[in-house]
Amino acid sequence: MNRPLQWQIATIAAIRPETPGVKTFTLDLPDWMPHRPGQHYDLRLRAVDGYEAQRSYSIASAPETKGQVQLTIERINDGEVSGFLHDVAVAGDRIEVRGPIGGYFVWEVPLGGPLMLIAGGSGVVPLMAMLRHRAAAGSQVPARLLFSARSYDDLIFREELDRLGADGSGLEVVYTLTRSQPSGWRGYGRRIDPAMLATVAGPLGRTPLCFICGPTLLVEAAANGLAEIGVPVSRIRTERFGPSGS
Amino acid sequence: MEAVDDDLNRAMMLDGNAVAGRFFALFGAEMTANLTECASCGQDHMMGALHAFTHAPGVVLRCPSCEAVMFRLVETPRGIYFDARGAAFVRIER
Amino acid sequence: MADDFVTRGFVGRRQITSAANTQRIPPGQHEVKDFPVLSAGPTPRVPLDRWSFSIEGFVREKVSWTWDEFLKLPARQFTVDIHCVTTWSKLDTRWTGVSVDTLLEHVDLDPRAAFVTAYTIEGYTTNMPLPDILNGRAFVAYEYDGLPLAPAHGGPARLVVPHLYFWKSAKWVTGLRLMDKDRSGFWESAGYNNHGDPWKEQRYTGD
Repeated sequence: MNRPLQWQIATIAAIRPETPGVKTFTLDLPDWMPHRPGQHYDLRLRAVDGYEAQRSYSIASAPETKGQVQLTIERINDGEVSGFLHDVAVAGDRIEVRGPIGGYFVWEVPLGGPLMLIAGGSGVVPLMAMLRHRAAAGSQVPARLLFSARSYDDLIFREELDRLGADGSGLEVVYTLTRSQPSGWRGYGRRIDPAMLATVAGPLGRTPLCFICGPTLLVEAAANGLAEIGVPVSRIRTERFGPSGS
Repeated sequence: MEAVDDDLNRAMMLDGNAVAGRFFALFGAEMTANLTECASCGQDHMMGALHAFTHAPGVVLRCPSCEAVMFRLVETPRGIYFDARGAAFVRIER
Repeated sequence: MADDFVTRGFVGRRQITSAANTQRIPPGQHEVKDFPVLSAGPTPRVPLDRWSFSIEGFVREKVSWTWDEFLKLPARQFTVDIHCVTTWSKLDTRWTGVSVDTLLEHVDLDPRAAFVTAYTIEGYTTNMPLPDILNGRAFVAYEYDGLPLAPAHGGPARLVVPHLYFWKSAKWVTGLRLMDKDRSGFWESAGYNNHGDPWKEQRYTGD
């Protein structure tokens, strides 16, 4: 489907903190169009003297939410754009965006499943769009989300994920906390490895559709791990994010 | 495909998804789901899966199998240089 | 209309250069205090016992040094300003290394040698007219700020040619090839200027 990709001026409708380093920016778009879950918007900042900085941010919301998109953005240390968004931008500000963009790392209900989603840190954002879309569409496609974060407080969307994982639609959410665990924690407390993947992905059968998103090192460990437990490489899609906040 | 923990350049590596917008502006269509073949090792990959080095004077896209340079993208005031000598072909789906 | 849009409150991360230093910043550049890492690929790894540096091409005889031999060459400290085509400049960077003049004392240049290509372990190349690396204009550095040059910044050794844009200062350099004809390197053949003088803002082909 060919359509021009133009910059448009979005308005920040709301800013909501998710975790200490992460905020969700709800944008009103004059030229909104439904996106495919997994896609992103490019966002551009321009100073008075013409200096520009541009980054890509995955859409967190489902395409079923019309007229607006939500971008959930982690504040990167010394991040020029994320720092501006977190520290300077306020609701009412206008921001240039372009999108939605992406055709490789996307999933919609008609693509079927089972679905194996693996997230590292803010890599959960595009996968959240997929899960929100799955819920909005009333899909029962068997799905697993394996979400790796440094600590309990870093689990972006945790309350909503807990709800989705308990709604009986066939989604199970598994967390692994790699740096610190709260007392009484009975979940995983280590980096993703083949044994963990075998346990979590096992019930999905031999050929789930896999989407892995996060920092490069996690993405590669997870992709290699899935290949090691027998998932065909053609069923694995990856999206690398830059190094995380701290 | 080994990942070395202390390699800063590899840690900052992204993939073809990161330049999807630039590809769209160049080709007028989504490119990340299109297949391309490495001229060096012959492996096929989707454009979205290529290793992307974006912290450079231009964007360098490398084959995930053998790391050979497949594409270079440089935006200049006079135009965009798109060097594809490292790719045997790109299959553009209708 | 979108071309005129300005983002409220955004100024970017540029350093304000002191009045004393503004003359040291070429046009279109801004000063940084950190040391950005740019690379066209993953960091190549070369064990020092397999590292070598060569001068070859239009010379009477190719010359090579092992790492141990290279460290025995007369070296000195260089303090230079560097300018990256991506618009950052860093002042007073301190390096330790061997002047290219010192290296060239060990070869007989063919009179037809007019250009040089610096090459690296993993295929990156960059090219210059021969005079751009003579008379103190270039050195091969293996220390930065008093410490061994970090791999991400080009270690074990890199070329440093501070009077040209920093893409000419090839990281992970393993040799210089003297040539009679100019041959565009990695970025020069992909849209960047063949010469790259920051004071003339020779960034792109055709500048």
